[in-house]
Amino acid sequence: MTHAATVHSLWTTAAAAPDKIPSPDIEYGQLSPTLIVLGAAIVGVLIEAFLPRRQRYAAQLFVSVVALAAAFAAVIGLAAGDYGTSKARVAAMGAIAVDGPALFLQGTILLVALVAVFTFAERRLDPVAHGNRVDSFAAQAAAVPGGDAEKAAVKAGFTTTEVFPLVLFAVGGMLVFPSANDLLTLFVALEVFSLPLYVLCALARRHRMLSQEAAVKYFLLGAFSSAFLLFGIALLYGYAGTVTYAGIADVVDGQVRNVTPALAGTMGNDALLLIGGAMVLMGLLFKIGAVPFHMWTPDVYQGAPTPVTGFMAAATKVAAFGALLRLLYVVLPGLRWDWRPVMWGVAIVTMLGGAIVAVTQTDVKRLLAYSSIAHAGFILAGVIATTPEGISSVLFYLAAYSFVTLGAFAVVTLVRDAGGEATHLSKWAGLGRRSPLVAAVFAVFLLAFAGIPLTSGFAGKFAVFKAAADGGAGALVVIGVISSAIAAFFYIRVIVLMFFSEPRTDGPSVAVPSPLTSSAIAIGVAVTLVLGVAPQYFLDLASQAGVFVR
Amino acid sequence: MENLIGFLVAAPLLGAALLLCGGRRLDGKGHYIGTLLAAASFVIGAVLFAEMLGRGEHDRALHSKVFSWIPVGGFRADVAFQLDQLSMTFVLLITGVGTLIHIYSIGYMEHDERRRRFFGYLNLFLAAMLLLVLADNYLLLYVGWEGVGLASYLLIGFWQHKPSAATAAKKAFIVNRVGDVGLSIAIMLMFTTFGTFTFAPVLTDADHASEGKLTAIGLMLLLAACGKSAQVPLQSWLGDAMEGPTPVSALIHAATMVTAGVYLITRSGPIFEGAPDAQAAVVTVGAVTLLFGAIVGCAKDDIKKALAGSTMSQIGYMILAAGLGPIGYVFAIMHLVTHGFFKAGLFLGAGSVMHAMNDEVDMRKYGGLRTYMPITFVTFGLGYLAIIGFPGLSGFWSKDKIIEAAFAKGGTEGWILGGAALLGAAITAYYMTRVMLLTFFGEKRWGTTPSPDEPSAEPAAESAGAHAEPHPHESPKSMTIPMIVLAVGSVFAGGLFSLNDAFLTWLEPVTGHSHGDSPLSAAAVTAGTMVVLAIGVALAWAQYGRRPVPRTAPRGSLLTRAARRDLLQDDFNHVALVKPGQYLTRGLVYLDHKLVDGVVNGTAASVGGLSGRLRRLQNGYARTYAVSMFGGTAVLIAATLLMRAV
Repeated sequence: MTHAATVHSLWTTAAAAPDKIPSPDIEYGQLSPTLIVLGAAIVGVLIEAFLPRRQRYAAQLFVSVVALAAAFAAVIGLAAGDYGTSKARVAAMGAIAVDGPALFLQGTILLVALVAVFTFAERRLDPVAHGNRVDSFAAQAAAVPGGDAEKAAVKAGFTTTEVFPLVLFAVGGMLVFPSANDLLTLFVALEVFSLPLYVLCALARRHRMLSQEAAVKYFLLGAFSSAFLLFGIALLYGYAGTVTYAGIADVVDGQVRNVTPALAGTMGNDALLLIGGAMVLMGLLFKIGAVPFHMWTPDVYQGAPTPVTGFMAAATKVAAFGALLRLLYVVLPGLRWDWRPVMWGVAIVTMLGGAIVAVTQTDVKRLLAYSSIAHAGFILAGVIATTPEGISSVLFYLAAYSFVTLGAFAVVTLVRDAGGEATHLSKWAGLGRRSPLVAAVFAVFLLAFAGIPLTSGFAGKFAVFKAAADGGAGALVVIGVISSAIAAFFYIRVIVLMFFSEPRTDGPSVAVPSPLTSSAIAIGVAVTLVLGVAPQYFLDLASQAGVFVR
Repeated sequence: MENLIGFLVAAPLLGAALLLCGGRRLDGKGHYIGTLLAAASFVIGAVLFAEMLGRGEHDRALHSKVFSWIPVGGFRADVAFQLDQLSMTFVLLITGVGTLIHIYSIGYMEHDERRRRFFGYLNLFLAAMLLLVLADNYLLLYVGWEGVGLASYLLIGFWQHKPSAATAAKKAFIVNRVGDVGLSIAIMLMFTTFGTFTFAPVLTDADHASEGKLTAIGLMLLLAACGKSAQVPLQSWLGDAMEGPTPVSALIHAATMVTAGVYLITRSGPIFEGAPDAQAAVVTVGAVTLLFGAIVGCAKDDIKKALAGSTMSQIGYMILAAGLGPIGYVFAIMHLVTHGFFKAGLFLGAGSVMHAMNDEVDMRKYGGLRTYMPITFVTFGLGYLAIIGFPGLSGFWSKDKIIEAAFAKGGTEGWILGGAALLGAAITAYYMTRVMLLTFFGEKRWGTTPSPDEPSAEPAAESAGAHAEPHPHESPKSMTIPMIVLAVGSVFAGGLFSLNDAFLTWLEPVTGHSHGDSPLSAAAVTAGTMVVLAIGVALAWAQYGRRPVPRTAPRGSLLTRAARRDLLQDDFNHVALVKPGQYLTRGLVYLDHKLVDGVVNGTAASVGGLSGRLRRLQNGYARTYAVSMFGGTAVLIAATLLMRAV
């Protein structure tokens, strides 16, 4: 026996000792997308700590872009290695699922984040202050709005470059959220991506009070919903004696007979399951922005810096729907006769509520917020299908919708007057005459929101409605189409306003962006049109990715 | 040789494209280009004709497929041509007469600043008509059919600055649409019955289809033919179509358009032979129209409208003959050709007269023109003799055969149809003599001095005549030469066709022929025709030749007044179709405004109101939002538990 073999033998013998805590078995390769992003976020924090102020912007932007691109490459690598299909598995001791939906959604989130980082880094839209180029974020977040400290910070040319690591932390959480395979990981991921978002919401350079109010509301309501979620998790643990998805699903399906003695009083109690399940659902519906858990959305969307709003509207929705899909399809499929009718109701009030209230909105950011609520309803219709087509249609819709949203908010950052972004709709009157290109691009996004053919919105809506109808939710589709009709009204109204109204004399001007925002908008338009004209490849991709591992 | 067929259509089509897209730079030579391309088409036709004569009578048909038009699964539509004896006859008529009308138009439209466009439309008309008669399937025929409709619309309304012309164009187009619907339904029925709409298989399989289907197809084809050929009940557009320039009338009435219906029925012969009811409908339409048109023709003072009535009547003869089946097909086409010659000649003559008389069309203001315009007089006179069927001239040969064939139908039906045809011949003689006498004979009724026997002429008519006193003169050569050529045709064509039954032998392989079983001998029919002819002429002479003609029309009998109003056709259409249609649309508009708009606006208003109210829930207070979430969660949990309980 060689020396090495002896060592090995000793090692295995030692590992087999009964009272030794087993060392966790981590598949670093399969977790690499998340690890890269979180690692880069920590690097970003170090940059803030050690690099001189002048160099931070370039360094942060570089690190963020490289990290997101590398993470995306890692996702592609995993998908190419069949981890999305035949080799789908549960990694990290059952905490993280590596499967088709997870990889598809992670890829989408990473791309969205990459484009969003471009808009975060935009420094040509705001007028130059004291010789310094500034972005959309407060000079110094801690300074009191309007106070002397703020003025000094502006004069000194400070910028909040912390937004880049914050975004990376949020993205890290979002990557875990849809792939979380137990309830605790789910909760941790939720908090990891929520907390940076609360901070980001408070960082607007203009209208700082509004921004801070939005952040506080978001934080309070987010904490409130987290409490519900956590309590739901506790109840589910009481019911199943475990927090892993597969474990709970087994108990729901009645495959577990031996009851843990400590939980003898609660285990298998359906009341716990139903109440706990409803509360966990509520926590996810809050993030999605479904009625009646939507009320934070308009205020936060309006108050947050517009690049953050775009990122949040796109990426949060992707992550949250991913988690919702996994919860409903992996944990609670045995319970679908209980949750389907309830989700029907939620989808209906969400579609109708979002569309109806949007009709009377006068602020473009609030309008887009209500539009995002209505779209959450449309996606819920696909979720309710409970078929593989339902999963793939939702995946496709999320990818399509997130780029439209990102592009639309990027356009909003361009239309400005003396007070910053001119978000009141009356100021957009006649924009098509003054800036035909910008207005036309915005019109493309609006048409995609409305679901007009040859845009990605149509392909996505068609996919989810078809899946819902095939899944036996025909009535829901009818209501969805009615809501779409209502929604079309306010989208088209903006187009009419832009192209068929006389321009105002005191109307806003359109700022000329740097290549960063331009490319973000261009990518948005390109994805919108490509997914609209030739959606089949991506629909196939989504349907290949449409199977959850358990 | 087959490849030449396409060029028949392509030449005038090219002309139309050149002239309509070429712009002003072609203004100076546009009419030559148009005429040249029409002539080119005629030359190609003549070459093909010569070549066709060289082949045996049963393999004269040529086929040429240009390309697959709509190949979709079991549905195949090709752009393919078929040139057989029937098509050949039409090709020569269309291109020959068409070319003459082109030449005539060079002079007639000389002072019109939109002459280039006019020639473009003429070329388009020829191209469409050629496509119609050359198509080897019904769908392609339909393309030509619609093209003819379009071209006629453009040409009738050519003087679009005149509201009457614009209205007439619309009327022609709309009435034709009714017929077009018939054709499209017939084509669809053919496709469901036979699985194809190519002539050869459809017509060969016709006897396998049920009689009901064949009757339906036949009636729809008849409807189509009624529209294009101005047969009762779709005749109303023809008279108004006189608003177009006179060469257009000549083209519509002689060579194109109105002959399309006769072609369609003759071509679809096997379908009608399998559907006796449809055939009965065809002969009824033909007989009624031939009398209808003739009666209208008697009452009109407008020379072109009188000729229009005559066209309607003559086409009625052809439809009648075509409806008789194999007894009549050949004679229908033969009459069509001879009619093409003399009617074109008559119209060009009428145009020549109008040209001389400052575009006056009222025959009561003509008179004694024979000395002023001798060539027009002679050519018009020959056309006149031909149309009334004067022995030896073209019309005599063809019309006589149709009357004979009508009697040969046999039974009571034969007597009725034959009688109607004979009566029609008498009326034709009457009204054509009337036209002739009013225009070229008698004393002149034009000029400022009113006739002594008519001192109470209308002041309005006086003032109209006063500012432009006509100086009748012969027309230029470009106009007279075509008239002479057509007059020659009017005189000799019929005789030439009847020599050794030449036309019968020529067409028989395509249409078939049977002699029928006539209760009267050919000689008896001819004698009868001569007698009614003489009566008609004599009556007209008694009324218009012996006595001076009043410048304003007398009130006339009830029938006369009705005939002046086209036998109340427009009144009938107005009461039976237009009024109900208006009530229907008014009703629909009312429903649209009150009901549909009400629902739409009401929905919009309620959505807006709801939106405004729901918006107030969004009051900006985090506590309200938290309550909403709390309530929502409570409902969510309650609903989940409820679902389990149910």
